[in-house]
Amino acid sequence: MTRLTLCLLVLLAVCALGLVTSQHHARKLFAELEREQARAKSLEVEYGQLQLEQSTWAMHARVERLARERLRMRPPEPQRMQVLETPSPPEVASR
Amino acid sequence: MRFADSPVLAPTFPPWRSRFVVGLLAVAFGTLVGRALYLQGWNRDFLQAKGESRYSRTLEIPGNRGRIFDRNGEALAVSTPVKSIWAIPEDVALPTRELDRLAQVLELPRDELRRRLGDTARDFVYLKRQVPPEIADRVAALRIAGIHQSKEYRRYYPASETMAHVLGFTDVDGTGQEGIELAFEAQLAGRAGSRRVIRDRLGQIVEDMEGAREARDGADVTLALDSRIQNLAYVELKRAVEANRAKGGGIVVVDAATGEVLALANLPSYNPNNSARRVGGQVRNRAVTDAFEPGSTLKPFTVALALETGRVSPYTTIQVAPGSLTIGPATIRDAHPEKALTVEQVIQKSSNVGAAKIALALPPETMWGLFDGIGFGAAPRLGFPGEAVGKVRPYKTWRPVEQATMSYGHGIAVSLVQLARAYTLFARDGDLVPLSLLRVDSPPAGKPVVSKQTAELVRHMLELAAQPGGTAPRARIMGYRVAGKTGTAHKQEHGGYAADKYHSSFVGLAPASRPRLVIAVMIDEPAAGQHYGGIVAAPVFAQVMAGALRILGIAPDAPMKPIEITPSALEVRESV
Repeated sequence: MTRLTLCLLVLLAVCALGLVTSQHHARKLFAELEREQARAKSLEVEYGQLQLEQSTWAMHARVERLARERLRMRPPEPQRMQVLETPSPPEVASR
Repeated sequence: MRFADSPVLAPTFPPWRSRFVVGLLAVAFGTLVGRALYLQGWNRDFLQAKGESRYSRTLEIPGNRGRIFDRNGEALAVSTPVKSIWAIPEDVALPTRELDRLAQVLELPRDELRRRLGDTARDFVYLKRQVPPEIADRVAALRIAGIHQSKEYRRYYPASETMAHVLGFTDVDGTGQEGIELAFEAQLAGRAGSRRVIRDRLGQIVEDMEGAREARDGADVTLALDSRIQNLAYVELKRAVEANRAKGGGIVVVDAATGEVLALANLPSYNPNNSARRVGGQVRNRAVTDAFEPGSTLKPFTVALALETGRVSPYTTIQVAPGSLTIGPATIRDAHPEKALTVEQVIQKSSNVGAAKIALALPPETMWGLFDGIGFGAAPRLGFPGEAVGKVRPYKTWRPVEQATMSYGHGIAVSLVQLARAYTLFARDGDLVPLSLLRVDSPPAGKPVVSKQTAELVRHMLELAAQPGGTAPRARIMGYRVAGKTGTAHKQEHGGYAADKYHSSFVGLAPASRPRLVIAVMIDEPAAGQHYGGIVAAPVFAQVMAGALRILGIAPDAPMKPIEITPSALEVRESV
């Protein structure tokens, strides 16, 4: 009788410790999830800012100005343009 | 002797004393039970809430506003977090030196800052809203008690004034106020949510609790606009408005195949990133919200109707001598009197008398039916706020002179967008598509208005108008056949027509062999000596059309011969 009680007591202690450990583990994982979610959010924000930055740098007015001034580019004269007919079937070339 | 009988233990106190102690204990116990009942039963909800507030927190989760993209996925409007600096005036006690530093960091006048912080009657006062995160960090580094920060969102428009009128803007709280931002508010707006969590001693979130409300981010909106064409249109329009010292102008570029609005620009414009500039008339998207008398750009519709009803053929001769036509008290004049013109030449040379004579042969009801069919007098339903309906009076009230003037675009008012849409009729073999500000993935079905044959005949006439001998040889571009019509109309002022103020316009399409783009240009009050649509507005059309066709990679349909500058003898002045 006493032996059984002792066994159960040990079992109870083990279970209790297990519960504590798993609870702790769960909380740690939860904290990690929170951190990652916060990181995802901040990455999303950064993505938005980068998109904004890209749009700003790639503004056509700016690109055109740089091409003209710094790279000394200009639109080709139409006489020097050659139009090639695409050999692909018409449905591919369709609008 | 038994233990209990020991005389030492014999009671020496009177019995009431023990009873008194028992009674006291009973009262104390009763008090405890009562208190417990009170706490557990009576006051339970209050205490539980108090307890929860010690460890649980409700976190607000903001819903992000959707982004706006152009058709190629370029970001046109993006919200990004910024900080608001606010204070509890009572808690702030600042030595002057620190006040100076705060004012400097916030870029606020010192007196203004002092005034706001001095208002101790209030518990909450904004010092500055929408502060970039770097500046907010510097404010935080000052470590001033009573000054707090909260997160909010600010919307940025990288294209600034180029697309200001289409995109519109939001107010400081992120609600759409104008343009697409207002029109698609329901889609763009995010819904803020919240979640309840348990926090530990260190403030870390330990567990989620029930009662979370999910935050929903606003949906992104993809516009039909092509930012390359938009930029081109804006730059060319601006150049023309400046060169002609005009009051303003507008341009609309429409893809005839799908009805998508590829570009829409207005002048004067404003920078939507600067809230101080977002006031007054410049905010209005005139191409959509303002109707004007279009002038001769309406002649092709009169002719199309006459062709459609079989009353004329392109080669029917119309007597236009002596260059004027008197109907009742009014006289219609041509700038260049001719004796007789074919219907084709009426369009080519833009004869008012010719158009009026053609119109007078048509029943008013039929003419009204056409205007109605091409969307005049009805909002274009772009979903844009404040779309102009225009002005087309019911045909029953038309007098003959009004019917005659309407044939060349007077006594009728339309917006530039309506005009551009109506011209898709000639670009699309006689049917009309609904315009769309959003990208369209499958082309909508058109609504037939005139026959394919009529559309082709009118397109040919429009091509003649955009050649030497027509009113708009300056609309030509190298490598493509273009077709189009000029319009020059006196502006209405105080119920009459202003003698020296004009609306100069041009609406055209290209490539004429298989039209893809329709561009409508309007210059408001050109004041640099020229006011004819063929001289003021047609060059803008040519520049934008040439660029847009190149950007879209549309094959040329004419030989690559340079356009010669027309001797003015070949350029026909249109009638005003």
